[in-house]
Parts: sequence; structure tokens; C-alpha cells
Amino acid sequence: MTAYTPTHVGSVTKYIVVESFDITPADLAIRAYEISKGAMIKETCFGLVINGKEEEVDRIVAELRKIDPDHIFVKDRGFPPGDARRCRANLGGARPGYNGLEYEMTIIPYISHGLEVLNNKDEKTVPPPDNPLERPVLDISKLKKLIYAQES
Amino acid sequence: MAKVFIYPATSLILSDMVARFGHTPLSSATAIRERIQTAGLESPPLQITPEEAKKGLKWAAVEVPAGVRGRMSLYGPMIEACEAAIIINDADLAFGCMGCARTNELIKFLVHQKTIPRLELNYPKNEEEGVKFVAAIKRFLTELGATK
Repeated sequence: MTAYTPTHVGSVTKYIVVESFDITPADLAIRAYEISKGAMIKETCFGLVINGKEEEVDRIVAELRKIDPDHIFVKDRGFPPGDARRCRANLGGARPGYNGLEYEMTIIPYISHGLEVLNNKDEKTVPPPDNPLERPVLDISKLKKLIYAQES
Repeated sequence: MAKVFIYPATSLILSDMVARFGHTPLSSATAIRERIQTAGLESPPLQITPEEAKKGLKWAAVEVPAGVRGRMSLYGPMIEACEAAIIINDADLAFGCMGCARTNELIKFLVHQKTIPRLELNYPKNEEEGVKFVAAIKRFLTELGATK
């Protein structure tokens, strides 16, 4: 086994994912370059990857969110941008972890809609969603209907 | 500001929602970051070393596969540190082999064992459910902020 010397120690990396009709990753990248003071910014197909000191990254993220708050989503990333262990340029195919992101990208439009609606509405007036732990038993009349439907 | 454990721990939506409404999400990225920024022996790709499987013994027995124990060394400390949790139950993206699947079951079990505020949800399937989903998270996190 060889010794491991880490890079980018003390830095944080964040994904900025944009799902918007008005803003593209390129627009965000230009704005990020304008306000950045030494952070590493990488443009991707879905948004940006930003690496730098925590305060600096948080400042850039807060500024970028203002552009389209309901359509820009942010999450932490463990690896720095372009890391050979994760970057698809070295591995080929989709980056490990991209499948999860891709799946959630199909749901993000509903979340954006929810955020937009709740800008003008109190969340307390919205009924709670169905409890996923409750498994309702099959109603006996519905079971009868199913049986008759099968027999006829 | 409370530490909120999210499941799936890689979820973009949950991570964003928790941070957006003023709390700290506990996600797998922060646990991985700790490991890849710490010097030691080379163990690509995630810098999970044989030591991690030993640390995982705190949450899983020795006859449990090393894959589960290694993963628990990432998630166990976060479950212990969390003050609340949001769980999505129908997360297809959290599928996996025995290691991932059993770890996921163990994570949910440990979170349920803990007496902390917990929100259970499914992913929204249309815009109406999207509004309910966001409202439920916002309500949960606002109430959490008020009690903190």
C-alpha cells in the first residue's frame, strides 16, 4: 500500500444544479466568475461545481441563488472537481453518483412548483402528504368487485 | 440550527431543502470529504480503509458483511449526531447490492429507534404532491427551528 497525500485539504465542494427555463449553466458560470475571489468553478451540463474555502463557496452560492431561487438547488460533494477517482473523463461513462442526480432531476420540476406556490401561500394551509408508513388494508367491497370482475 | 439527517443521504432535494430552510443537512458527501481530505494509506476510490469496517462494529455485529460495517462507519456517526431526520421511503436511487440494501435497512432502523423529530415522505409524482411535499418539509423544519 502506498501513502496517500490528500489535495484541497480544508476546502469544500458544492454542486449547483439549475432547472430553469430562464437560466442556463453558462449564465450561472459567468456570474460565478464575476463574483468569485479564488474559488475553483467548473461548468457542467447540469450546473456548476464550486470548490474553495467554505465562507467563499457559501457567499458565491448565496449570490447565485438570488438569480432564480426556486429553480437552483445546491448540495455538498465529497470530491473536488475533476478528481481522477470520480471524473468521467478518466473513468468513461456516467460519473458514479450521477444516476441519483439524474433521477432527482426528474422530480425537481415538482419541487420548484411547490416552492413557487409556497412563496404566496402559508405552508400551514396545505394538507399533509400521505403517510408512506400507513399501508391501508384492502376494502372488502373493493375485493368483492375485483373477484366479480375476474369471474365475469 | 439543527443537524438533520437525510435519507437517501445523497439526495440533492433533501440536502437543498434542509439548507434552504436554515438547518444543517447531514449527508454522505460530508463524511466522504472527511476521509478523502485525511492523509493515510491509499485506498481508492473512497478512501474507505479496513479500519472503517472495524469502526462499523459499533453499529453492526461482527458476522455482518464488511460492506455493511464499512458503510455504517460513514452513516453511524451522523445518525448519532443528528437532532432530526427526514426519510424518503420510495427512493429508487437508493437501491443496491446486499451491502447497500442491508445498510439502508439498518440506517432506517437506527433512525426509528432514536427519539427525535422525524418526517416520513414519498417522492412527489405530480405538481400537487410537489406542493404538499415542500410544505411538509418547510413546516417540519420551521417547527424544528422554533423548538431549538
